[in-house]
Parts: sequence; structure tokens; C-alpha cells
Amino acid sequence: MKRILFATVLCAGFAAAQAQQQITVVNFGGTQAQAQKKAYYDPFEKATGIKVIPVEYNGEQAKVKAMVETKKVTWDVVEAESPDAQRGCDEGMFEKIDWSKLPKADMVPAAVTDCGVGIFVWSTVLAYNGDKLKDGPKTWADFWDVKKFPGKRAMRKGARYNLEFALMADGVKPADVYKVLATKEGAERGFKKLTELKPSIQWWEAGAQPPQFLVAGDVVMTTAYNGRIDVANREGKNLKMSFAGSIYDLDYWVVPKGSPNRDAALKFIAFTTQASQQTVYAQSIGYGPTNSKALENLDAKVMATLPTAPANTKDALKFNIQFWTDQGEALEKRFASWATQ
Amino acid sequence: MAAATALQQQLARAGRRRQWRAFMLTVPLLLFLMLTFIVPIAALLKRAVESPEVANALPRTIAALDTWRDRETAPPPAAYAALAADLAALPDASDAGLLARRLNSEVAGARSLVMAAYRALPLKGDAKEALLGADPRWAEPPYWQAIAKNGSRWTGDYLLASVDLRRGVQGQVERMPDDQRVFVGILGRTFQISLVVTLFCLLLAYPLAWWLTTLPVRTANVLMILVLVPFWTSVLVRMAAWIVLLQSEGLVNRGLIGIGLIDHPLALLFNRVGVVIAMVHILLPFMILPLYSVMQTVPTTYLRAAVSLGSPPLAAFFRVYVPQTYPGIGAGVLLVFILAIGYYVTPALLGGADDQMLSYYIARYTNVEINWGMAAALGTLLLAATLVLYAIYRRIGKAELSLG
Repeated sequence: MKRILFATVLCAGFAAAQAQQQITVVNFGGTQAQAQKKAYYDPFEKATGIKVIPVEYNGEQAKVKAMVETKKVTWDVVEAESPDAQRGCDEGMFEKIDWSKLPKADMVPAAVTDCGVGIFVWSTVLAYNGDKLKDGPKTWADFWDVKKFPGKRAMRKGARYNLEFALMADGVKPADVYKVLATKEGAERGFKKLTELKPSIQWWEAGAQPPQFLVAGDVVMTTAYNGRIDVANREGKNLKMSFAGSIYDLDYWVVPKGSPNRDAALKFIAFTTQASQQTVYAQSIGYGPTNSKALENLDAKVMATLPTAPANTKDALKFNIQFWTDQGEALEKRFASWATQ
Repeated sequence: MAAATALQQQLARAGRRRQWRAFMLTVPLLLFLMLTFIVPIAALLKRAVESPEVANALPRTIAALDTWRDRETAPPPAAYAALAADLAALPDASDAGLLARRLNSEVAGARSLVMAAYRALPLKGDAKEALLGADPRWAEPPYWQAIAKNGSRWTGDYLLASVDLRRGVQGQVERMPDDQRVFVGILGRTFQISLVVTLFCLLLAYPLAWWLTTLPVRTANVLMILVLVPFWTSVLVRMAAWIVLLQSEGLVNRGLIGIGLIDHPLALLFNRVGVVIAMVHILLPFMILPLYSVMQTVPTTYLRAAVSLGSPPLAAFFRVYVPQTYPGIGAGVLLVFILAIGYYVTPALLGGADDQMLSYYIARYTNVEINWGMAAALGTLLLAATLVLYAIYRRIGKAELSLG
């Protein structure tokens, strides 16, 4: 009798411990976070009993760095942009990933890195309002053509992406963009092309702004994250995007070094790389899965919105992480200087 | 005589005890100031001049580069060997990462160069050949110059960079190249925007505060609440409201088009106009409150006396009333101006690329580039500029108002 009681108490204790276990997952918020909740957090909680506490941030790696340096890590899984994942890995901010527990063979190659697990593919595209422009712009040359399409254009504040777009508008093939941009003359050429468009540019800061600008009629076209456009269209808007010359990149899960829930974090990451979960995610927001098996489950309508669909990657450009981790600081400073001229 | 000395001693002791007790009462405040103000600022200043990465990671290389006097020709072969030895001796991969970051902020491209060399370890055979094999850029002097230049644990480079200067190859101070010259301009812009905002705040707040003092207390209190309600609302909410009002199909533009004043919507957002409007709105209460509190103490009889003695009303207002409110003007102007130069979110969301103030770049270097040395140097620049302005104000304002 005593033994049974003891066993019961022990079991209850385990169950309680199990129920109490929780991990903090940090995302970029907004519509994207809702899609993650639906595809990852809720099903993960149901499957494992580990509670997921979502936290929003804006990509500030300073917070992660401060946590790791002071050894008070309260974030277990963090969504990071590719240059941050790479730099943070080099500087020892993140745990190394044990790929033996993940479906490595099914993942797209770019998703597999030392510290980061690619979770979805997103893209910066050219977007416009289909209600206002019947025969809209297709290429970056059109984006720069203020005679054919008069009006303001919105671009992300900063040098990143815009220099690539400028070079493509100037006739550089997507495949050669980073080769040209790496030279002194190439960077010069990019800024010169941006200067041409400068009087017509309205700058955006947050990813939610471009669809708002388009709907409000503030701008005639814009650069935008494809998922944001997709979500606006789900809400009944008629925004169009062109994937020609778009720049795609991955977001990664990383685990800050010293996370007390490392095992649960890895379990969560493994859960989110399953094709079934990634399918749900891609259906909720137009970001492409990194598990290539997930593509098989998606219908043509969803595929058309994804940066990873073959038709959309055809003329697209893969974001060059190394170029931007090397040159980013200098080019952004140069951009600030250019903006004042 | 002896009794008098004893009394004196006793008095002195009592005085000291009283002083000591008074001092003990202020200890919590001093501690608080120490922890929340002096320590962080000291840490900031330290960060701005600290550069331990290269000295920690590459001691042998720095020693080997000592013989490299001209800093223009190829570095000595011993430097290659020393570098290979230093990299091999790094205790952890993260040290290579930190070294790579530090050098990359000096010479763009050094990050991938250092990391590639680190990943190529262990190097076999001749160090120079092996390094060049990992990346041919190791033959280029700029990367070696960056190492040689940053051999010391303490550096003035961040502070120099914050005023668009740098140390040249031989250590001489020179101006940044044209396309990297930004911060002096941005500091100027920060002051310009703050000045314009302060001026508008004063122009709007002065008549309002004056009007409030002329009203019965009850009405004035009700109106004061109207001034304070936006003050209690979140800055972000107010900014979202301004976007709705000012966008090209927003209320303001539609109204103006509706009454036929303009044909095309005015550009009121994502430029200097939007930033100034929103900042004036946010900072207005900081001008109204000190003005109002000073104006309340100014007796209305003086103005009436001036008029009854024959002064025209306007002249009486400017020569009798306004001078009595100088302390309020001074406090309000100083408060608004100092708050304005630290503004960051408003220009970030409502301004264009050339409306960003210095804090935007401090945040950028902190959060995005994670170059905390540069962020700290820019913070120091802002702090120094504020202190200089405050000193000027004290001189001009004849110390009517002091913050210290």
C-alpha cells in the first residue's frame, strides 16, 4: 500500500514537472507570429506537454549578446535573420546544433548551418496595388521608370537589398549582382542609380508599412516582404507582387548559448522542421518551407505566393550573407552619408 | 578659559554630528544616483575607449608587426607565422569571432578573412603560403594595418570616428573618406531639428499658458487635463494617430483638398515636416507646464499698472510681462531641447532616411551592428554636446535655473 502511494506521488511529481516545463520562443511578431502559433506552438504543446511562451522582438541581437555575456539566458529559441545567425555563431553566442536529431536529408541545403536551423524562406519583392495599376511593373527597371509609372516608391530605409535592386535596374543580371557590388565601382554604380530615384523614394522602417502605403495610395509601388503582401491579400486586398529580381533569404532558429532548456529547445526545433508542420505554416503565411517534403502537400494557389516555388525562384537572387556580414557596416554608413547629400 | 574651549569643542562636535546625520539622510539618494547615473555613464565612457579584442587574440602578431615600419609594403614573413600561431592558440572559436568583428569594423571584409583562416586551422607547411592559400587577401596591407593599429587595449578610434576622423596608416589623425563622413552632419541635423521643435513648442505653448493663467481656476484645471491627456498616452499610439491624420489620403490632406486650398495632397509624412509636427505634439506639455507654473506667480497688477501709466498694451506685454516669465521660458526651452536631442522612435517611424537623429544611429550600432564601442562613442558625443549646450545656457541665462 505504502509503495503504491509512493509510486503515485512520484508519478504525479513527474507529471507536474512535465507540465511545468516550458520554453521561451522569440519571434518577429505580427502576422508571422500568429502563423507560428498555429503551425508550431500550439501543436507542439499538445504533442509534448512543453509549454511555449512566445516573445516578440525586432531582431535586436544586442539582447541575446547581453544575456549570453551575463550568463542569464531566458530565451531558449530565437528566430534570427541569416547575417545575425552567422555572426552570432562565429562569436559563440549560439549553441551548436546536433543535426542527428533533425531531418537533415529533407532540408534545403541553405537551412543546414552550424548553429542555425533554417525555418522558412522569405523574400523581398516588388509589390503594387492591382486595383490602381492594371498593367503594373514587372522588373526593377520598371520600378525606376518614373515616366511610365509616375508617383512615389517605397523602399526599406538602408543599403541592404536596395543596392542589389539598383544594380538590377541598371541592367546587371541577378547572377552577377554580388560580383559587381563587391567592387568599388559596383557600389558606386548602385548608389548612383539610387540617386536617380531618390526624389521619388519614401522610406519604410517596419515590414507592416509597405502594404499600408499601397492600400492608402501613398506610393504607387514598393519593395516589401512577400508574406506581408500575402496576408494583406487574404484580408481582401488586391496587391500584386513580382518575384523577378526578388531577393530571398532564410530565417533561422538559434539557441542562445547557456539556455537552461537546451534539450526542450532542440525538441521544439525538430518538431517545427517536420513537413506536416511546415505545410500548415506555409498555408497560413506566404513564406516557403525549408523541408522540401512540405512542398508536395501544397496546392497551386499557395505555391504561387511562395518564394520557393520554382516559377518564383527562376529570376530571383539568393541573399549573399557573407557579402553583407563583411560589407554591411561600411555600406550602411555610406548609405547614411548618401541620404544627407 | 578652559570652560570656553570645552564648550567650543562640544559645539563643534554637535555641529559635526548634525552634519553627519544630514549626510546620512542623503546617502540613499547618493547611492541611487551612483547606481543609476554615474556607474552607467562611466561604463559608457569606458566602452567608448576600450578595444581589447586584437590585443587579446593576437599578441605575437602585434609584436612581429613592430618591425613593420612603413606599413605600406608587404608585411614581414614573421608576421604570418605569428598570426598562424596566434590563431591556433585561441582558446575558443568565439574569440576568433570577436576578433573578426573588431577588424571588420576597421576594414570591411576582414570578418570573412579572419574566419576563413581560423577554419583552415591547423595550417600546414609555411604559414604565409598556407594563409594566402586560405585567402589571397592576406597579401593586402590594409588588413595588416588594421591589426597593427589596434594593438593597444585602449583606443581613441571610436571617439575619432564619431566626429568623422580616423587614424591613418602611420597613426596620424585625418578626416574620414568622403563616403564615410556622416556623424558631424547627423549631430548638426539633430540640433537643427531639436531647435526647430523647441521654437515651435515655445510659440504654441506661450499664448496657451498665458491664456490658462487668465482663466478661473476651475476652467484652467479642466483645460490643463486636456493638455495632460496626450501626455499620458503612449508615444507609439500618438504616432500611429499622426500617420492616420497626415498620410496623403489622410484627414488633413482630404480636408485641405475639400475646402479647395490645394489640388494635390501635401507630403506631410516621412519627411522633416512629419517629424517636427509629431515631436512638437509630444513635447508640448513639457513647455506648457513650466511656463504655466511661472506665469501663475506673476502678479497681473504690474501689467495693468504699465498700461495705466501710458504704455501701449503690446509694449507693456513684452517689456513688463514677458521678462517676468524668463525663468519659465528658460526651463521649458532647456527641458524640451534636451529631451528632443535624444529622440529616436519618432524620426524612425515618421521620418525619411535623412531625418534620422543621432540616437537612431546609437540604436543601430547597439542592436544591428553590435558595435558597442561605436554606440558608446556616439553616446559620449551626444552627452558632451548636451553638457556644452547646458554650460552655454548657464552662462547666458546667468544661472537663473540650474539642474545641478
